[in-house]
Amino acid sequence: MTMGFRPAPGGAAISLDPDEAAVLRSMAAMLLGLIEEPRADDEFARIVGIGSETEPPKDPVLARLLPDAYTGDAEAAGEFRRYTEDDLRRHKRDNAQALVDSLPEAGGEVVLDLAGGHAWLKALNDVRLALGTRLGVEEETYEAYLRGQAEPADEASAAALHVYEWLGALQDSLVHALSGGDDGGPDGDAF
Amino acid sequence: MTTAPVELERPETGEDVRPDIPWVTIVWNDPINLMSYVTYVFQTVFGYPKSKAHKLMLDVHHKGRAVVSSGTREEMERDVSILHGYGLWATLQQDE
Repeated sequence: MTMGFRPAPGGAAISLDPDEAAVLRSMAAMLLGLIEEPRADDEFARIVGIGSETEPPKDPVLARLLPDAYTGDAEAAGEFRRYTEDDLRRHKRDNAQALVDSLPEAGGEVVLDLAGGHAWLKALNDVRLALGTRLGVEEETYEAYLRGQAEPADEASAAALHVYEWLGALQDSLVHALSGGDDGGPDGDAF
Repeated sequence: MTTAPVELERPETGEDVRPDIPWVTIVWNDPINLMSYVTYVFQTVFGYPKSKAHKLMLDVHHKGRAVVSSGTREEMERDVSILHGYGLWATLQQDE
């Protein structure tokens, strides 16, 4: 069982067992399946960086991963999306792929530089956003789960919630490792 | 001989186009993102010292939203794009 990330020169490092590596690989694969590559059907649009999408995704998970940039102004939100959503999709896919690429097949040591650490942070966060949105995580219900005062709806939800919690601890350890590990516990202290 | 072109059309956007009204980037509270991560993102993206990043994170958490940066519309669109890359729920608007 991993002890989480620890600071390493220029980045962070972690030791993962085979099961942990497998969970991370499958979560990254879920993201890559969820966030599809932008359609490349219009060569000109691709070259000038304009996509075709102006509506927020209907799936609540995708809508959370690719949110509107304007509230109460659908036209501005649509225009912004047209110019940025394709890049955002590619960015999120690149992060998920970077995570997969750095995972040793049978578990083992992963050493990340700062850029690699940021790719992992973003990918772990995207997985948590996807799981949390699908599970309908709210602050109150989540705290009730943790206190054992509420039960997940079924076994699949219980398993997903378990992974969600583990990924949160992993992400938190990576934040602290990249902060130099000098900030003393959850969220650290002010300078 | 020619005359100065007459502006026949003005964009009917209905928004305040006075250049001296700055735009702001807002981050909204979200039950999923970790407090430590949000603080780290504010430090990394904006170069804020940890104390300021931490205070902004707490504002988001307790007040439901916080203004995290201000500037031109283009600058705020860039900030929002970067924050979406980190998975934060960010929007931009003209300052009230």
